[in-house]
Amino acid sequence: MTDAVTDIASDRRAARAAARRSRERRGALIAAVSTVVVLGLLTLLITQSSGWPTVRETFFSWQAFKTSFPDILRGFWLDVKLFVSVEAVVLVAGLGIALCRITTAPALFPVRLLAVVFTDLLRGIPTILIVYLVGFGIPALQISGLPNDPIILGGLALAMSYSAYVAEVYRSGIESVHPSQRSASLALGLSSAQALRFVILPQAVRRVAPPLLNDFIALQKDVALVSILGPLEAFRVAQIYAAENFNYTPLLAAALLYVAVTIPLARLVDRMQRGSRPPVSGVVR
Amino acid sequence: MSTVPVVELRGVTKAYGELEVLRGIDVAVREHEAVVLIGASGSGKSTLLRCVDLLDEIDDGDIFLDGEVITDPACDVVATRRHLGMVFQAFNLFPHLSVLQNVMLAPLRAHGMHRREATDHGRELLTRFGLGGREDDHPDQLSGGQQQRVAIVRALATRPRALLLDEVTSALDPELVGEVLELIRELKADGMTMLIATHEMGFARDVADEVCFLHQGRILERGAPASIFTAPEQPETRRFLGRVLGLSE
Repeated sequence: MTDAVTDIASDRRAARAAARRSRERRGALIAAVSTVVVLGLLTLLITQSSGWPTVRETFFSWQAFKTSFPDILRGFWLDVKLFVSVEAVVLVAGLGIALCRITTAPALFPVRLLAVVFTDLLRGIPTILIVYLVGFGIPALQISGLPNDPIILGGLALAMSYSAYVAEVYRSGIESVHPSQRSASLALGLSSAQALRFVILPQAVRRVAPPLLNDFIALQKDVALVSILGPLEAFRVAQIYAAENFNYTPLLAAALLYVAVTIPLARLVDRMQRGSRPPVSGVVR
Repeated sequence: MSTVPVVELRGVTKAYGELEVLRGIDVAVREHEAVVLIGASGSGKSTLLRCVDLLDEIDDGDIFLDGEVITDPACDVVATRRHLGMVFQAFNLFPHLSVLQNVMLAPLRAHGMHRREATDHGRELLTRFGLGGREDDHPDQLSGGQQQRVAIVRALATRPRALLLDEVTSALDPELVGEVLELIRELKADGMTMLIATHEMGFARDVADEVCFLHQGRILERGAPASIFTAPEQPETRRFLGRVLGLSE
């Protein structure tokens, strides 16, 4: 009796498993075919267009790629150095500005006001404009002691712009921590500052790590904006090659270098978002 | 009975805007005693406890800790809170810290205890209350009952003069309530001074030296648990007890 039931059950189970496998196989096949068809049609469309021979010559010239790539790579090293140092400044400055914005002490009102004005203004102005204003404005003041190296000025401009964004990310993280966590800290006898330092900030920073990384990806690309002040970074070098030879392949080479850094970063963000545990209990009501 | 109460409220009022939550509360909790607050949701129990721990500011009256007023605007709020322990309905454990770190945080940071001492004391307390072996777990790896026991141990770790318990079993699944109440009974047997808000009437009857029935911000009736639970005088008390105990009036 029992054996019969088990047999029937296992038959059903095997039938379902087989159906599931065939469904999966069919799905994979359809996906493969549709990818080939779409990509094939796109390739056909582009290569059959009347301008394609010219485009191939000016954007995809192996010769131009080979001659320009070493110099562009050297320029890209400057991008990387600039990105890393600006990022370090932004991480600290953004947190500082966020903390200024959330202070409630009356004596610190001017600080809070400044922080609000800073974030509003710097987020409101296009980054390329800030690079111009800082890069050409500060040297024009002719105050001795102020930097006039375009790399430092460009980095400063980027740091200002991105600190404003990152400050808002930090602030949203701080405000996302439930007030009951603060109550619990105070009830234990911690001061407000200690509650922030040991309870609220650690949770806030963990929560905003993925959006912070997103801003880093944006910054990594925007480093190219420093080129308008003159430093020979990847985009600038590529531009010079392109102008000299009427061939745009060097720009494509520069694009490849940026992508080689941003795509791994983006995957890292994805993994962090997937890996982050759902909000934990102890914070309700 | 000439001893000074550990915690005392005299004529305490508190309003949120137009809403008067506490309307002249007098309560005294003497050393080693447990005073239990009962009453419907919204009767002011939680607010009363939050006011004692200075998490909410009272409007009128005064609150005393060991005979000294703590609700004077000149008082050091942070220093006062260090002498009281509070446990919340929703545990409010710190999710980014391990169980042991939760327990050690206040001794380490608020009381300036040495790390070594705080660690030993924390481990000892956790073991004593059946949480040995869970020191390195994070709160979300524990059951609700275990989390609330950790929260109680965390409040005890600073050796408070009195413990304030705010409906500590209301967020728990029924089968987890017992272990938490058992722990509080142990604390009572050890002589801990406690002010407790609860909906658990059986527990209130066991552990209370005095029961206060709150109704619309006032203490309508108070007395030994035996008299309140067997012969309530006020009709509101009778109605409330009838509802929570499932008895007819």
